[in-house]
Amino acid sequence: MTERFELAIVGAGPAGMAAALEAKARGLSAVVLDEQPRPGGQIYRRAEARDARLEAALGAEYAHGMALTEKFLAGGVAYRPNTTLWDLSPELRLSVLRDNRAGEIDAAHVILATGAMERPVPVRGWILPGAMSVGAAQILLKTTGAVPDKPAVLAGSGPLLYLLAAQYLAAGVEVRALVETQPGANYRAAAPYLLPALWQRKLLLKGAAMLRDLRKHGVKRWQGASSLAVEGNDACTALTFAVNGKRERIETELVLLHEGVIPNVHVTMAINGGHDWDATQLCWRPRLDAWGATSVDGVSVAGDGGGIWGAEAAEHTGRIAALGAAQRLGKISEEARDRAASHARASLARLRGARQFLDLLYKPAPGQRLPPDDVIVCRCEEVTAGTLREVARIGAIGLTQAKTYTRCGMGPCQGRMCGPTVAALVADERKMPEASVPPYRPRAPYKPVTIGALAAAVDADTPPPDASAGAH
Amino acid sequence: MFRRLPSADAGARLRLTIDGVAVELRAGETVAAALFLAGSKAGRTTPVSGTPRGPYCMMGVCFDCLVQIDGEGNRQACMIEAREGMVVTRQMGARALGGKAES
Amino acid sequence: MNKPDVIVIGGGLVGSAIAYGLSKNARVLVLDEGDRAFRATRGNFGLVWVQSKGFGAPHYARWSKRSADLWADFAAELKDATGVDTHHKRTGGVHLLLTEQEVAARAAMMEQLRREAGNDGYDYEMLDAAGVRSLLPNVGPRVLGASFTPYDGVANPLYTIRALHTSLAARGAQYSPGHTVSLIDKEAGVFVVRTDKGSFHAPKLLIAAGLGTRRLAELVGIRVPVNPQRGQVLVTERLAPGVMGGGVTFTNARQMVEGSVIIGDSQEDVGLDNRTTVPVISNIAARAMTCFPVLEKAQIVRAWGALRVMSPDGLPIYAESKTMPGAFAATCHSGVTLCAAHAREIAGWIAGGARPEPTLKLVPERFDVPKAA
Repeated sequence: MTERFELAIVGAGPAGMAAALEAKARGLSAVVLDEQPRPGGQIYRRAEARDARLEAALGAEYAHGMALTEKFLAGGVAYRPNTTLWDLSPELRLSVLRDNRAGEIDAAHVILATGAMERPVPVRGWILPGAMSVGAAQILLKTTGAVPDKPAVLAGSGPLLYLLAAQYLAAGVEVRALVETQPGANYRAAAPYLLPALWQRKLLLKGAAMLRDLRKHGVKRWQGASSLAVEGNDACTALTFAVNGKRERIETELVLLHEGVIPNVHVTMAINGGHDWDATQLCWRPRLDAWGATSVDGVSVAGDGGGIWGAEAAEHTGRIAALGAAQRLGKISEEARDRAASHARASLARLRGARQFLDLLYKPAPGQRLPPDDVIVCRCEEVTAGTLREVARIGAIGLTQAKTYTRCGMGPCQGRMCGPTVAALVADERKMPEASVPPYRPRAPYKPVTIGALAAAVDADTPPPDASAGAH
Repeated sequence: MFRRLPSADAGARLRLTIDGVAVELRAGETVAAALFLAGSKAGRTTPVSGTPRGPYCMMGVCFDCLVQIDGEGNRQACMIEAREGMVVTRQMGARALGGKAES
Repeated sequence: MNKPDVIVIGGGLVGSAIAYGLSKNARVLVLDEGDRAFRATRGNFGLVWVQSKGFGAPHYARWSKRSADLWADFAAELKDATGVDTHHKRTGGVHLLLTEQEVAARAAMMEQLRREAGNDGYDYEMLDAAGVRSLLPNVGPRVLGASFTPYDGVANPLYTIRALHTSLAARGAQYSPGHTVSLIDKEAGVFVVRTDKGSFHAPKLLIAAGLGTRRLAELVGIRVPVNPQRGQVLVTERLAPGVMGGGVTFTNARQMVEGSVIIGDSQEDVGLDNRTTVPVISNIAARAMTCFPVLEKAQIVRAWGALRVMSPDGLPIYAESKTMPGAFAATCHSGVTLCAAHAREIAGWIAGGARPEPTLKLVPERFDVPKAA
């Protein structure tokens, strides 16, 4: 059965929820699909459970997320959790999967609010059980109230590293150490942008408070660390790293890694939307107009999927994209659209002013995304950096050819976890700017789908015709 | 590897088994959370080299949390909420379609 | 590269196999397109297939069979030289049939192929429902029969291209990707190939650029009327061995050495469009599930569309320019099956040897015959 809506929103994080509420207010019939069982996205994961004790540990922003989620659920917008988008056609037909059953939704406009993912940065041993991402540990905290049963080491760079440490400390959980990888040069590069960031006093105060927390609890901080390696045979036993010309080793059963976040561009790449290389955030961003519209007719992007600006900005871009869609579909005039968007635009400008400081401060060091030869880059197919360097030398100038030679990116994650590193390796080995290395070209299904679910769309009573009869 | 904060121990209880061992969870928690709370370091071994892996991203991206759930292999533990009586088995190597391992 | 003896335009399976053969005795420069080029090499099913080839054209049947016969030795040579295993195996091949009409049409075709093969011989067997099940216990109840020949087999096209490119480098040939060829000239007996990256000179030239051959061969006076035909293919997660329940190869689903099952494919005339489309992949999935019900719960992790390089009669074209001797063109839609023959016999011909007998009719002039009124 094919359902019809004027607007389909993919993702129920802050951008998707804000877009849905705005669309509803402008008279659009809208549906929100989300592959998670509950709304909130990753940032407000399980916010709808309204657990006051968890709220206290997670802070005020989480409380804001709870309020937004509550408003969204009460707002009367059609909401489909556990629903995975696996194809978006040029005619704006969304092929979805829910409880392993295929379905279709036709829309006149689509807003992709598929958010961000943590930047995968391979280090030796990152495939071992006991090594996982900081974001993953935070999700365990938000959804289950679960914390490490023995002190963990947090390693890498970015605000999330301090945030999780602060949340653990607030919950009375010991943190063994912070191993920070941002190079000293980043502080100098970021310094000129501190002034615009001061407009975001709240954000900076929060940062300062987190660092104070770490000091107060006597958490050991290593700064300027490099060449991280997780040790262990079947599971993590220690983290080693180079710092101040020496190699240090910390015994631990749990290493939490983080190197910032990047937009999740799987779908915008799959539909052949235009993208630009962001040389500061070191990632691809979909090319968007002032209303979040991509180069593909009728498809917009809202939230961190369009570039990393954070959860608060995501709500604003969600509203702006919904207003753009409402105007495009004739629900409101251009004047009404512009007027309604002015507040969101002003807030957005302020938030983005602060972001440059953070982006430069936590930008991965040159070489950090270029692991040694023995490190597995593609976790699914277990392809090493050395093999990828070798095929770059014999002829891979882009990710499709690297994949052809080595099977990198052919596993169930479809290249999400290896793509950025393969590109960095190809660029380095062939002395190409990273912006000129063509990324993977994702195809449907965007997530694995069973053959039975795919076949369900075909009439079961007649044997399907042999599409290849003449060829074999 | 993980324990539940006493303050978060609220909500309806349910039980599933992982490789035959009962694990108690709260409604709304995922199968991957059950793995961590049960102390499993690895939820699977890979079909490529047979080496152990555990959940890495917890948000549906990395596919390292694959386990067998109620007889069906290679399911994403981090994306599936636990249900009472669920039978979870670690995914050892390549999934055997319709074989003994999958009923 | 300084003064190559031959420039090959096109680094897919056809161009690379011939370049590999040529590089034994010559300095070869392979110019290839960029990463997003339409490339049948990375989109195909990996069959070394004989059984349906050359219907009404016995010379093509002979050519396909000759290459299939050469494959084992060719694969061993590549593995020795590079350590890369192309996973070639001659398994025998089965084409499954689901309706009485399909059975009747296939039986008639197979019998005509045998008649046409004459003294060359053509062994085949039509299997009934029980016969198919004895070979393959996992086929579904709707499978009514199948055709079988012992000639068919498989190879992994991706490892094959990696082995070819690796050995080209080892032999001192140069594989240079990322070019767009704008012009081909002949100046003082030497071909000049101009690309967006520079000019390249050699006394001999081969154009094996897939769909691009049409435009490029025109520049040296060879008519290569090829058109795109889309095929869509699905691939499952890695599964434990034995999904198909037997060792022979099927045309519509096969389990790779790595464990994934590759399922296909379609034939669509849609121009230069290699996207996947939901109705076609749903249909491919439905057919696969009908043939092998056990696949129902297997998860598709990848799908792709790729463009075949089809001539009007579906057969290869091999030609030397009459107006600019020393310029050759080669194109076909069976780059895997014909890979061994290309590396050995077409390379030998371009190097100055005799043209292989089965290819004597595979010239572009066959398309010049005016259509009957």
